[in-house]
Amino acid sequence: MEMVNITIDTRKIQVPKNYTVLEAAKYANIDIPTLCFLKDINEIGACRMCVVEIKGSRSLQAACVYPVSEGLEIYTQTPAVREARKVTLELILSNHDRKCLTCVRSRNCELQKLAEDLNIKDIRFEGETYKQPIDDFSPSIVRDPNKCVLCRRCVSMCKNVQGVAVIDTMERGFKTIVSPAFHKSLDEVPCTMCGQCINVCPVGALREKDDTDKVWEALANKDLHVVVQTAPAVRVALGEEFGMPIGTRVTSNMIAALRRLGFRKVFDTDTAADLTIMEEGHELLERIKNGGKLPLITSCSPGWIKFCEHYYPEFLDNLSTCKSPHEMFGAVLKSYYAEKMGIDPSKIFVVSIMPCTAKKFEAQRPELSSTGYPDVDVVLTTRELARMIREAGIDFTELPERHFDDPMGEASGAGVIFGATGGVMEAALRTVAEILEGKSIDNIEYTQVRGVEGIKEATVEAGGMKIKAAVAHGLGNARKLLDRIKAGEAEYHFVEIMACPGGCVNGGGQPIQPSKVRSWIDIRAERAKAIYEEDRSLPIRKSHENPKVQMLYREYFGEPGSHKAHELLHTKYTPRENYPEK
Amino acid sequence: MAETNCCCLGDATQARKLQEVIEKYKGMDGALIPVLHEAQEIYGYLPLSVQKKISEELNVSLAEIYGVVTFYTQFSLNPKGKYRISVCLGTACYVKGAAAIIDKLKEKLGIDVGECTEDGKFSLDACRCVGACGLAPVMMINDDVYGRLVPDEIEGILKKY
Repeated sequence: MEMVNITIDTRKIQVPKNYTVLEAAKYANIDIPTLCFLKDINEIGACRMCVVEIKGSRSLQAACVYPVSEGLEIYTQTPAVREARKVTLELILSNHDRKCLTCVRSRNCELQKLAEDLNIKDIRFEGETYKQPIDDFSPSIVRDPNKCVLCRRCVSMCKNVQGVAVIDTMERGFKTIVSPAFHKSLDEVPCTMCGQCINVCPVGALREKDDTDKVWEALANKDLHVVVQTAPAVRVALGEEFGMPIGTRVTSNMIAALRRLGFRKVFDTDTAADLTIMEEGHELLERIKNGGKLPLITSCSPGWIKFCEHYYPEFLDNLSTCKSPHEMFGAVLKSYYAEKMGIDPSKIFVVSIMPCTAKKFEAQRPELSSTGYPDVDVVLTTRELARMIREAGIDFTELPERHFDDPMGEASGAGVIFGATGGVMEAALRTVAEILEGKSIDNIEYTQVRGVEGIKEATVEAGGMKIKAAVAHGLGNARKLLDRIKAGEAEYHFVEIMACPGGCVNGGGQPIQPSKVRSWIDIRAERAKAIYEEDRSLPIRKSHENPKVQMLYREYFGEPGSHKAHELLHTKYTPRENYPEK
Repeated sequence: MAETNCCCLGDATQARKLQEVIEKYKGMDGALIPVLHEAQEIYGYLPLSVQKKISEELNVSLAEIYGVVTFYTQFSLNPKGKYRISVCLGTACYVKGAAAIIDKLKEKLGIDVGECTEDGKFSLDACRCVGACGLAPVMMINDDVYGRLVPDEIEGILKKY
């Protein structure tokens, strides 16, 4: 890379020619405040928080979009710069709904942090405000336009990364609003509920539908047997809510905290992930053997499922009929577990702690109630669990060592890696390859399907067969992959799609890291590292070797794909119209 | 919530014309705004069904299209009446009491600015300078210009249509 010499605040440095001033400053460890900026996602120079003085330039320039060049002289801390940033911030604050005390993002708000950092003591302006209705019709996402700072990070995420584009900026002037078309609710438009918009929102304008009250109420109800299950991605991110470094594994602390909250049993969704692999692996082999619809596409990610129903209905028959793991677990808890423990299934209340907002929508699907009761009663995001832990006054860092409960205790490493992109594929390959080979395989790490590259491919040979696989994460990448398959440019047996970039570790319900962190650290990779660490730490790393899963088949389901398995563990999908006209 | 009454692409001629317009601009950079302009000429306004059709054909999200439509005052989400009333709100007309003219029209027609009467006869819009400042305040009904207006004249003028 060609380098250029620049001077930044009198320091002479060399940086790559394609850097922006903001990147150069970051390299020189000089902090420039930003608000609308989110690296690779939103670089539009709109908010003007990052202005700097450039020698020879008539006006201040936005560092996030200004390219460096040979001999450039940059000043990041002159009186003019400080004054401009302050006035800009005061103007942004002048029509902001400043109810910080009751805002879900208080203490994790980029605007609040800026006001503090820039030493704003008074807001000299009172902007024209319109009380905009809060859109809380979606079961997953709440939109509060009164808190919106119009940074457009969510718009870019939805449009450019996810390729969904159900929100954009509307109207003009003080009336400008980020909203779905025709001011509809998110519930009325083809939103996948992936929640990536929430993760990039610098303020409290986008948040998940908070269902913690429902859980507190259930926990207080002595007639209910309230159990909880946790997805693999939660344990590698929950710690961030309590100040721990990104990628800290907190499995034991999480289990201990859930016990203290009063859940009767704490289960591991990974066990159900193992069950999913048994069913899905069987389904794959069946389809290959009997000339069924291929490629088989995974169905664990509810954001992806809704996306498919809205935008690619022609692929609905390709979807695995397997329910997602936590829904499978819910159905098992209200059937097998209820019978085994002698509890009336109507008294079992299943809470799922998920890294996901789309799972809130999924849990409400009428078809996901195999026992006559919803498989899962309430879905909480990782963030909501953290809120409950704080509300209960639990010191998260000081908790005794705890393990998941029986009769569905520890799971396999294959179940754990479901939390990262490529994980479902790898878990399935670990089992399918062994079935085809008819013997145990030692090398079980399919690294070709790991990592954050948008679309990954692998060909696995086993038992004289070549299985062609592809993995896409992020719905924009899913679009690319599906279009290729549709055009006949690519052919696969098995495809894994996860709605969120990086998979569940970066799900819409995960702890929110500010732009200052997200722009420079790949949180997807950091959290995934922890997932693979956990996998390696487990004695059993293949789903079919999980003794709990073997027990389930022995005692209840018979074999994968049995009638009973179909009744409880499988589902169906429906095409959905986009923007129906009544 | 802005609602539109139309839930189809109008009559066959309108639908065919819209298709022609889309074909003309499809694949071109910046196709959206000229397509919206011509679509509005065909339908008189831009209802959901028309925006949806354009969205599907040009592969631009409905949210983005609606954003463009609501950004420019030129575009309308409501049907126009047989007689389109435009009241000038340019500086001269405003100073000379255009607001009172608008209020009177709203009262007599029972509609707000940007709306159309239920019988489809009149629609009311505020517009920028029509270039007849000497006649301020001015309003136009289709191509007829009325100048030096006072609110009491309004009822009589409307009766002519």
